[in-house]
Amino acid sequence: MQIKGTELFVKALKCEGVDTLFGYPGSYDMDILDSLYMRNDIEVILPRHEQGLIHAADGYARSTGKTGVCLVTSGPGATNLITGIATANYDSVPLVCFTGQVPSNLIGNDAFQEVDIIGITRPISKYGIIVRHRKDLGRIIKEAFYIAASGRPGPVVVDLPKDIMIAIGDDLYPDKVSIRGYRPNTSVHTGQLKKVIELLKTSRRPLLLIGGGVHRSDAGTQLTKLVNQMKVPVVTTIMGKGTVDTGHPLYIGNLGMHGLYGANMAVNHCDLLISIGTRFNDRITGKLDTFASHAKIVHIDIDPASISKNIKVDVPIVSDAKTAIESLLEMTESYEQKEWIYKINCWKAEQPLSIPEKEGLLPQEIIRHINTLFDDAIIVTDVGQHQMWAAGHLHLDNRKKLLTSGGLGTMGFGLPAAIGARLGNPNKQVICICGDGGVQMNIQELATASAYELPIIICIFNNSYLGMVRQWQQLFYDKRYASTCIRKNRNCPLQCKGPGPHCPEYSPDFIRLAESYGAFGIRVNHANGIRKAFGQAMSNHKAPTIIEFIIDSEELVLPMVKGGQSLEDMILDC
Amino acid sequence: MTKRWISLYVENQIGVLAKISGLFSGKSYNLESLTVGPTGDETVSRATIGLLSDDATFEQVKKQLNRCIEVITVVDLTNTATLIKELMFIKIINCTPERKTQLFQIAQTYQVSVADFGKNSLVLECVLTESENNRLIELLYSLFGECEVVRGGSVAIEALHK
Repeated sequence: MQIKGTELFVKALKCEGVDTLFGYPGSYDMDILDSLYMRNDIEVILPRHEQGLIHAADGYARSTGKTGVCLVTSGPGATNLITGIATANYDSVPLVCFTGQVPSNLIGNDAFQEVDIIGITRPISKYGIIVRHRKDLGRIIKEAFYIAASGRPGPVVVDLPKDIMIAIGDDLYPDKVSIRGYRPNTSVHTGQLKKVIELLKTSRRPLLLIGGGVHRSDAGTQLTKLVNQMKVPVVTTIMGKGTVDTGHPLYIGNLGMHGLYGANMAVNHCDLLISIGTRFNDRITGKLDTFASHAKIVHIDIDPASISKNIKVDVPIVSDAKTAIESLLEMTESYEQKEWIYKINCWKAEQPLSIPEKEGLLPQEIIRHINTLFDDAIIVTDVGQHQMWAAGHLHLDNRKKLLTSGGLGTMGFGLPAAIGARLGNPNKQVICICGDGGVQMNIQELATASAYELPIIICIFNNSYLGMVRQWQQLFYDKRYASTCIRKNRNCPLQCKGPGPHCPEYSPDFIRLAESYGAFGIRVNHANGIRKAFGQAMSNHKAPTIIEFIIDSEELVLPMVKGGQSLEDMILDC
Repeated sequence: MTKRWISLYVENQIGVLAKISGLFSGKSYNLESLTVGPTGDETVSRATIGLLSDDATFEQVKKQLNRCIEVITVVDLTNTATLIKELMFIKIINCTPERKTQLFQIAQTYQVSVADFGKNSLVLECVLTESENNRLIELLYSLFGECEVVRGGSVAIEALHK
């Protein structure tokens, strides 16, 4: 049958099982949106900005395991996706981003709203392609969905010139794909796994290091079984947190720049480090020379390019995390090393991640309340101090998930990602934790949350600062708070050494702002107001609630390893 | 740092060359030469890449190339017996008759051909290895000063007898 390109597009979405699409209209995607009008099988979500749109699709994908689908127009619509594409690329999130494009005959003419989005996104996407012929449309969409979700998942950009989408052509949508340059590994090399077993047999201080890849392959249950069977302690990256119940006796904590003391010590003293699904980012390794310097290192990752990129690996294994873990489950036994576990428990007890004993509304205390008040929730963070407090203090298990922008560290991610998470999980409580800086980067999405009646609880940790940078200024730049004070106005002195009674009023008033968007707003100044505020927020079933927590302006994220230092050189207290 | 050679089979599509060269610039990999042309199969192009790198970086280069969807095969030619040649033209102008004679002798010695010549000028067509071309340029610069040079970058193929 002969049909329009837009009709084949809809057919493709149906075949791919897409029921939610994040779309924003413009001249060159309006034909596609028109073909989705008045359908009840594919819901089109209209965010307020394309950056919010793609983060929402990202949050949807991370929280459901499905592929997030974006549809935007050409030019500015497409370029507004860029930060979101890079965010998803770093954190291996499957997205298919459809961008409208000027008609083929105008490409290259500097036409209105024409940009080379495939060229622009080439280094930050998994794959990008423009459809040049109507006959290729079905195949290209099929390949896009396949590439986005398989292997190491990632964002794929498909550029759709207007003339292609309105052209008549065949209605064929392929069942299968065959891409000769792309054959992701689906098995695991048993010989390499046997080497791991040999190392485990002789190791006195074995340690598992788990990254976000284990979440992506949904292997938390299998990993927990493996930990129980092998009795090997576990540290996680921020992206890997929650793969094993954080209350598990063998779970130590996150490692890295703001990792737990015990976790960092364990890494630098282990003699065997088995890492799964992490690329040894500089934020977790600290100084490379001292990172796990006594250990044989096993690296299991689906992406061959991630192996031996940052650190030298003794046993490289290219495999999907779940496949490797399931094979290890069949091959391993107990390798319990009581002395080693005792040593780790001593480190944990020596410097636990505790709530500081001081007056005021402490961010750690807010997170403790989230731990006790919610046992089935998706917690989404933005980027900054609040993210590190959350990553450290949150208790996670298989019912509580953490979504966060780990690789790119994208401020503005939290609120829209929380929207996507709630749209994908309508029965889950979604809590967004953000700073007062980051939330303003995509604050317009509060309108989206209100419009779709999403009862997200948005916790703004307001310290009137861009706090993470301020922390560095506080510790390493002699309190020269250059461009990090959100209260600063034109009347402030050139030199400011910190907050005081003469500081200008904070703007915006988040409570009134919430109300103007049709959301609820609660301000909390004291620790004794935390529980009540969450109680009120939970009773709002059809609208988002902002809880603005006024926290101490100069509270620090501790412990901390200064950039480029050894993981053991931790600043524990200030 | 060692000189390495890669032969790359890629999809013959728009943007693939940009992807490959962008990978090198974006990741700060050294790229000495990159040549691409069609093959017997019109859907496949073949590239020859010459670069300088240490072992670890070179492993990354190969992996990153392999990671590109449009890359079909990456062949490391570094430790393989290969035939490698580079096409180069050199134009020398304002020559005296003696100099011209000298140039014909050089052409004969280096086994390059005289592709074009005029009253006072001459063009050499050189199909040599990259380093032989380098040496020839050096020689001509020392003898004649400025010459106009255009180089095509090397193409490489595995030798029959290894």
